[in-house]
Amino acid sequence: MTAPLEVSSGSSEAQPEAALQGMGKKAIQGRSLGQIAWMRLKRDKVAMVSGILIVVMIIAAVVALLLDRVFGVIDPNAFNQDLIDPDLQIPRGAMGGISLEHPFGVEPINGRDILTRIFAGSWISLLIGFAATLLSVLIGTVMGVIAGYFRGWVDTFISRLMDVFLAFPLLLFAIALVGVVPDNAFGFGRDGSRIFMLIFIIGFFSWPYIGRIIRAQTLSLREREFIDASRSLGARAPHVLFKELLPNLVAPILVYSTLLIPTNILFEAALSFLGVGIQPPSATWGTMLSEASRWYQVDAWYMVFPGLAIFITVLAFNLFGDGLRDALDPRAR
Amino acid sequence: MFAYIIRRLIGAVILLFVVSMVTFAIFFLVPRIAGATVEDMASRYVGKTADEAAIHSMAERLGFTDPLYEQYGRFVAGIFAGADYDTGAEVVHCPAPCFGYSFITRNPVWPDLVDRMGVTISLALGAAVIWLAFGVGTGVVSALRRGTFFDRASMGIALAGVSLPIFFTGLLSLTIFSYGLGWTAPGGSYTDFAEDPLQWAGALILPWITLAFLNAAGYARLTRATMLETMNEDFIRTARAKGLNERTVVVKHGLRSVLTPILTIFGLDLGILLGGAVLTESTYSLPGLGKYAVDAIVSNDLPKVLGVTLVGATFIIIANLVVDLLYAVVDPRVRYS
Repeated sequence: MTAPLEVSSGSSEAQPEAALQGMGKKAIQGRSLGQIAWMRLKRDKVAMVSGILIVVMIIAAVVALLLDRVFGVIDPNAFNQDLIDPDLQIPRGAMGGISLEHPFGVEPINGRDILTRIFAGSWISLLIGFAATLLSVLIGTVMGVIAGYFRGWVDTFISRLMDVFLAFPLLLFAIALVGVVPDNAFGFGRDGSRIFMLIFIIGFFSWPYIGRIIRAQTLSLREREFIDASRSLGARAPHVLFKELLPNLVAPILVYSTLLIPTNILFEAALSFLGVGIQPPSATWGTMLSEASRWYQVDAWYMVFPGLAIFITVLAFNLFGDGLRDALDPRAR
Repeated sequence: MFAYIIRRLIGAVILLFVVSMVTFAIFFLVPRIAGATVEDMASRYVGKTADEAAIHSMAERLGFTDPLYEQYGRFVAGIFAGADYDTGAEVVHCPAPCFGYSFITRNPVWPDLVDRMGVTISLALGAAVIWLAFGVGTGVVSALRRGTFFDRASMGIALAGVSLPIFFTGLLSLTIFSYGLGWTAPGGSYTDFAEDPLQWAGALILPWITLAFLNAAGYARLTRATMLETMNEDFIRTARAKGLNERTVVVKHGLRSVLTPILTIFGLDLGILLGGAVLTESTYSLPGLGKYAVDAIVSNDLPKVLGVTLVGATFIIIANLVVDLLYAVVDPRVRYS
C-alpha cells in the first residue's frame, strides 16, 4: 500500500501500446492520490488564492520577526506625539489619523503606527497558530492511532482520558493557567515564556478533538485487507502503525491541521484580548483590539485594522482548508 | 433504558471527580512545578507590605504546606459541609456549598457565583435559541437548494462568520448600533429579568445576536454538509419511491439524521457557554461568570477563578450527560452498545 500523498515515480515511462495506437506523447500515466488532489486543488481558484495569501503572510511574518527583534529596523513602539490631539488624546484628522505615512492610522494617546504594529505582531499570531496545532496534532495522532489499533483496555483508557480533557472549560482553564504560572518561567524572557505557555496550553488541551477523529479512522482502517496482509506477512506493530496505517491517515490529518490553525490563531487573539496573553507593550492583534475596546466611542477606527488582520488571516486558512478537504475527499463536495 | 441512565450518571460523577482533582492540581501543583514557593503563593493573600514571617504564617494557615491530597480533601469537604478560613484577624465561616473564600474581597465565592449565573444563563439560552433556529434552518435550505444564489450567499456569510472573532464583531456592533445609532443600551448595562423584562432584553439583544451569528455560521455549515450526505442515501430514495411528498421526506427522514451531530455540538457549546461566555461578557461588560473569572485573574484572586472553573466544568459534564440521554431517545441503538 503506497501513501496516498506520495508522488509516485515509476509510472512516467511511455506505454508502448499507447504509442502504437497513435496517442503520441500523451502516454497513459498512473496518478497517485496526491497528484489527483493537487490537480483538483489547482483548479479551485479560491483555495489557490488563499493558499498564496497564506504563503505571503508567512514570509511577511518571518520578515517582521527579523526586522523587529533581530535587526531592530522597525520600531512598533515609536511614539508620534505630534499626531495626537493634546486635548482629546485621540489622533488628529479623520479616520484615526490615516495618512500616506501612516496608512492604517495611529493609536490614541501616543500615536504609535498601527500598520507597523500589525506587521510586528504577525509572527506571534502565526507562530502560536502553527506550533500549537503541531503539538495537538502530534499528541492527537499518536493517541488516536494507539487507541484505535490496540483497542481493549488501552482504548478505554485513552478514550476516558479524552473525555476528561473535553470536560474542561478550555478558555477558563487557559485564563487560569496563564494566571498561575509565573511570568518569567522557563527562562525565555518576557514574551518568550508567554509564547511558550500559550503554545503549550492551546496545543495540549485541544488534542482530544483530532484524537477522536484519528481513532475512528484507525478503527475502520485496521479491519481492511492490506493491514491483514501486512500482519500475516509477519510485520510487527510499529511497522503496521507507521508504514501501513499512518500514510492512510495523512489526508485527514492534513485537512484537520489546516482547519485547526485558524482556530488557534483566534484562541491566541482571544487570550491577548482578555489581557492574559502576550503582554503590552509587545504588539499582537489581540492586545491591539483589547486596547481599541477602550476607545471605541471616540476613536472607532482604532479597532478596524487589527480586527481585519485577524479576520483575513483566519478566513484565508479556512478557505484553504475547505479547498484542501474537497480536493482530498471528493465525496465531501 | 434505566440501566443506561444509571451507567451514564455514575460515569458523569466519576468524571466530575477527576476533573475537579486535575483542576485543583493545576491551581496548586503547577505553580510549584513552575518554580513558585509556598510563600510566593501565599503572598497574594496578604498585603504587599507583609514581612516574610507573616507570609509564612499565612501559607501555613492556608494549608499550603500540607500535602496536596490533604488540601484537596479539605476543599471537597468544604463543598459539602462548609469550611472555616482563618484570615489572621478573625476566623470566617464559609457555609456549604463552600467553593472557596476570597481573601481579597473577603467573602465566600459561592454566593458570587449564584449572583452571576443568571446573567450567563440569560445570555447563553437566548443566543442558543436564535442560533439553532437560524443555523439549522439556513443549513437545511442551503442543502436543498444546493448551488443556488441563496446557498452560495449564505455559505459565504457563514464562512466569514466562523472567521470573525466575537470581540471584533461585538465592538463593531457596539460602535454602530449602540454608540452610533443609539438603538440599544451601551455595553455594561444589565437589568434582571424579574425587575424589567424589556430592559433585560434590550441590554442583551446585541450580545445575543452577535453570539448567535458566530455559532449559527458553524451550525449552518455542519447542517448543510450532513443534510447533503443524507439526501443522497438509499432510504431517502426509498421514501420518495414509495410516494411520500417531498415535505415528509425532508422533515421526517432527512432532518432526523441531522439531529445527531447537531445535538452533539450543541450540548458541548451550551455547556461551555453556561460556564461563562468569557469573550462575549468581556466585550459587552456583562456581569456574568466569564467576566467574573477574567476580573478575578486580573486581580490575582485565585479562589474565585477556581470556583468558576469548577462550576464551568460541571456545566459541561451535565450538558454532555443530557446529550447522551437524549441520544438514547433519538437513536435506540445507543442504549444497547
